[in-house]
Amino acid sequence: MNRRLFLGAALAVLAAFAIGAPAEAQQNTLEKIKQRGKLIVGVKNDYKPWGFLDPSGALKGMEIDMAEDVAKRLGVGIELVPVVASNRQEFLQQGKIDLIIATMGDNPKRREVIGMIEPNYYAGGTNVLAPKKAGLKKWADLKGKKVCAIQGAYYNKRVQELYGPDLQAFAGIPEALTALGAGNCVGFVYDNTFIESTLAAGDAKWKDYEMPLVTEDEQPWAVAVPLPELNGPWGEFMKKVSVEWHKNGTLLALEKKWGIKQSPFLAEMNKKYKG
Amino acid sequence: MDTVAAFFKWLKAAHGINLTIGYDAFDRARFLGGLLATVELSALCILFSVAIGLAGVWLQGARNKWLRGAVYWYIQFFRNTPPLVQLYFFYFAVGGVLPRIDGGPPIGNFAWAVITLSFFAGAFNVEIFRSGIEAVPRTMGEAAEALGLTRAKIFFLILLPLVFRICLPALNNNLVNLVKTTTLAYAIAVPELLYVAAQIWSDENNVREMMNVLLVTYVAIVGVLVHAMSRWERAMRLPGFGQ
Repeated sequence: MNRRLFLGAALAVLAAFAIGAPAEAQQNTLEKIKQRGKLIVGVKNDYKPWGFLDPSGALKGMEIDMAEDVAKRLGVGIELVPVVASNRQEFLQQGKIDLIIATMGDNPKRREVIGMIEPNYYAGGTNVLAPKKAGLKKWADLKGKKVCAIQGAYYNKRVQELYGPDLQAFAGIPEALTALGAGNCVGFVYDNTFIESTLAAGDAKWKDYEMPLVTEDEQPWAVAVPLPELNGPWGEFMKKVSVEWHKNGTLLALEKKWGIKQSPFLAEMNKKYKG
Repeated sequence: MDTVAAFFKWLKAAHGINLTIGYDAFDRARFLGGLLATVELSALCILFSVAIGLAGVWLQGARNKWLRGAVYWYIQFFRNTPPLVQLYFFYFAVGGVLPRIDGGPPIGNFAWAVITLSFFAGAFNVEIFRSGIEAVPRTMGEAAEALGLTRAKIFFLILLPLVFRICLPALNNNLVNLVKTTTLAYAIAVPELLYVAAQIWSDENNVREMMNVLLVTYVAIVGVLVHAMSRWERAMRLPGFGQ
C-alpha cells in the first residue's frame, strides 16, 4: 500500500513537471511598464562592483546605474529586485521582473528560455589573482609555476594547454584562496570579474595582490527580456538602448566609474558602433 | 598509436563512449601523469608506514615511559581522526604557519600527502605489529635473552621474522586500504588518479566513462599489490608453525 502511495506521489510530481509551464498570457511589457509608471529590474546585490549594498543598505553598482538609465529613458520610476543565478530566469518568465541585469552569461542553453539582448553589454574572462611581488607580466610567465584553480572550471584545460602552468585545483574558492595566501601557488586563475570584485572590496588581506594579466577567453554577458518579447517592442527597445550604450561610451564611462579594469570587449564594441 | 587513436574515435562516433584518454594527447598525458603520481604516492606511503610501524612497536617496548606515552598518543591521534581531516589540517593549518623559504612553504602538497598518509597508516601498522609480537610465545624471547642476545638482536633476529609471518594478512589489509586512501590527496590538489580523472571529466563531460576507467585502474593497481603480498606470504610460510 505504501509503495503504491509512493508511486502515486512520484507520478503526480512528474506530471506536475510535465504540465508545469503554464501558457501565460503575454502582454506588451513596454505598455505594462508605462501604465504602472515603474520599471522592475532583477539585479545582483552581492557582486561588487556590479550590484552590491553600500554601507547604508542601498543598492549600488554598475548594473544599477544601467537599470536606472533604462528607467530614465522610459521616463518611469524604478524598482530593483535582488536576484540570484538560480531564480532570475524564473522571475523573468513569471513576469515578476521586466528585465534582468545581473552579471548573467549569455549561452545557447539560456537562449532557449529567455531573450538575450544583443549586443552584449560586457564580457567576463579569465585572469589571475597574484601577489604583487610575484611580478607576473604575461600569461607565459605562468609556465611550470604552481597556480591555484577551482576544480571543474571551464578554462582550466585551455590555460594548461596554452601556458603550461602546474595547476593546483581545489574544491572551492576558500581553499584556493587559502592556498594562495599561504604561498602554495604564485596565483589563482579565475573569472576576472570575481578577482576585480575581491580586490575592489578593499579587504586588507588582498592589499598586496593584483590582477596582472590581460583578461582572456571572454564569455559575453547579456541583459535579458522575456523570450516572447525578444523581437517585440520591449526587446527592440532594449536592443536600441544596448547599441547606444556602446556607441556613446556609457558603458566605458561606467566601467571607469566603478573601478573595473578596462575590458578589451567594451573598447572594441565602442569602436565598432562609432565607426 | 594512430590505430589506437582511430579506435577510440570510432568508439565515440559509433557508440558514444567518449574515452578522450585514448585519442587526446593532452588528456592521455594527464592521465598517465596521474597514474604515476598514484603509484609513487602509494609506494612511498607503504615504505614509510611500515618503517613507522616497526619504529613504533620498538618504542612501545622501550623502558622510558615518556617514549611509550608518545607512541600511545601518536596512535590515538592518527587512528581516531579521519585521514581527509588530517590532510586538510596538515596542509592548511600546519603548512600555513610554517616559516617560508624563498617566499614559499617548505613542504609542498605531495610531501604533505606522503607524510600524513604514512603516519595515518603507520598508526595502524604499529598495532598490527604489536599483535604479531604478542602472538609470539614469550618463552621465545626469554630463551634468546638467556643466550645473551641484546634487546635489538632479539627484536630483529628472533621476533621480527616471526612477527612478519604472523601479521602479514593484517598488514596486507592495511596497505590495500592505504593505496585506496591515496585518492584523498585529491583534496589538497595532488595530481593523482582521482584528481586528473575529475579534471578530464569536467573538461570533456565524460563522467561515466572516466568513472569506469578509474575503477578498473584501481582494481589493477590494488591487484598488483595483493598479488605481490600473497606471494611474499607464501614464500615466508613456516610449515607447521602455529599448529
